Amino acid sequence: MVGAGLTKFTRSNISIESLMLLATKSLFENTKNLAQKDIDVVLTSTSDNSKYLASIVSELAGLSPKISHSVESLCNSGANSVVSAFAYIAAGLADIALVVGAERFDSPGRILEWDRSRGEYKHPIYWSSMFTKAHMRKYGTTKEDLAIVSAKNHKNATANPYAYFEKEYSVDEVMQSKNLTEEIRLLDCSLPCSGSAAILLASEETAKKYTSCPVWITGIGEKTISAGFTKNTDLTTMQSTTHAATDAYKMSKMQASNVDVAEIHDAFTICEIIELEDLGFAKKGEASRYARICYETQDRKINPRGGLIGSGHPLGATGIAQIAEICQQLQGKAEKRQIEGAKVGLVQNMSAAATSSTVLILQS
Amino acid sequence: MTMFENELKNGKFVCSECIKCNKLVWPPSDFCSNCFTKVRWRQVSAIATLVEFSKKDDTVFCIAEFEGTIRVMGSLEAKSEEILIGQEIVLTKCDYDGTERFVFQLK
Repeated sequence: MVGAGLTKFTRSNISIESLMLLATKSLFENTKNLAQKDIDVVLTSTSDNSKYLASIVSELAGLSPKISHSVESLCNSGANSVVSAFAYIAAGLADIALVVGAERFDSPGRILEWDRSRGEYKHPIYWSSMFTKAHMRKYGTTKEDLAIVSAKNHKNATANPYAYFEKEYSVDEVMQSKNLTEEIRLLDCSLPCSGSAAILLASEETAKKYTSCPVWITGIGEKTISAGFTKNTDLTTMQSTTHAATDAYKMSKMQASNVDVAEIHDAFTICEIIELEDLGFAKKGEASRYARICYETQDRKINPRGGLIGSGHPLGATGIAQIAEICQQLQGKAEKRQIEGAKVGLVQNMSAAATSSTVLILQS
Repeated sequence: MTMFENELKNGKFVCSECIKCNKLVWPPSDFCSNCFTKVRWRQVSAIATLVEFSKKDDTVFCIAEFEGTIRVMGSLEAKSEEILIGQEIVLTKCDYDGTERFVFQLK
């Protein structure tokens, strides 16, 4: 990966193609030697209902790619589209791929209507409550443990100029925020918003034309277990993430102990806790302690840009914004958020109650 | 409306079942997800096992498991303190008004 561009995450009423054009414009401004004629793949990532979006964005940005299409996989669309671009380049079909993701605050992707197994409880707060209750029951996880994750990620987001949230929340403030269910409060949740993120991928032979410090994708794991939430048989784990992590670690010959910095999919606070365990950063039942230590020592290793909870969650942009953050970290360009000496990064992006996941290992 | 939606609207929870391997196919589909054979429709047992539950305001919602395979979210008409994970519950009401609705009580 050789370049990135982002928009500020907001609640603005702006069209999906305008959002994508803004991130693309930013990517061109940030990437030296990049000309429009260089781009031979354009992939757009979104759960918006727009048609022919990759071609529309190409026309708006003056691009005439060989390959252009959209990638839709709900919240995991971003990482999915980067893996697709990787595959085009690895297969020799392209040298330079632009991947741009965006979502509006009112995206239809927030709720999976197809999933009859959720009955009338289709909103994501219900599946997250089930995961939370199960983890509390098995491991003694507390509401304060959840609040610490939110307080940590909101604090990290204050150093991210593109984040939706711009203020810190104390653990008490998170715990006193509006109760949505018995386990979940408003500040345990990520917020749907409008935003866009773009990444430029290049072949090994062309990468150095655009940057002196490319970031390499050395591990990829993807897994879908189902579309319906209730196919998650064990509610204290995310099976798709476990499978994807195993494959990504194997491909990169890395393990959790080698990872210096990670962006993981904290759609809700319980997600970060379960993912820390499933990705191998903490043993089962010990992630709350891990997150608490990060918070108390101001260690930004996990979700340095603020995760989804601090940054906001424009579905199709989220995975790409996660990857852009890890690229900046590995290039030493993350400014106030920089993890000193970061060489190995991890991204975990998932969809629809963890029914599918992508894990990437990135290296400088 | 599909067979599933029609029956649910009439208060009957039916599911697709493979005519060859007898697998219950859930969510409902026209073909078996195991062997792609056609399905028949049959009523699901009214007795389920409680997998997990939580509460929004005064409404308890839960995951119920039917016949050891099908899991569905619905409302549970019970007080939190009376509920035990793994206990049997009964489907007392179902409906379809564009959304699937399942209502349970403790057995």
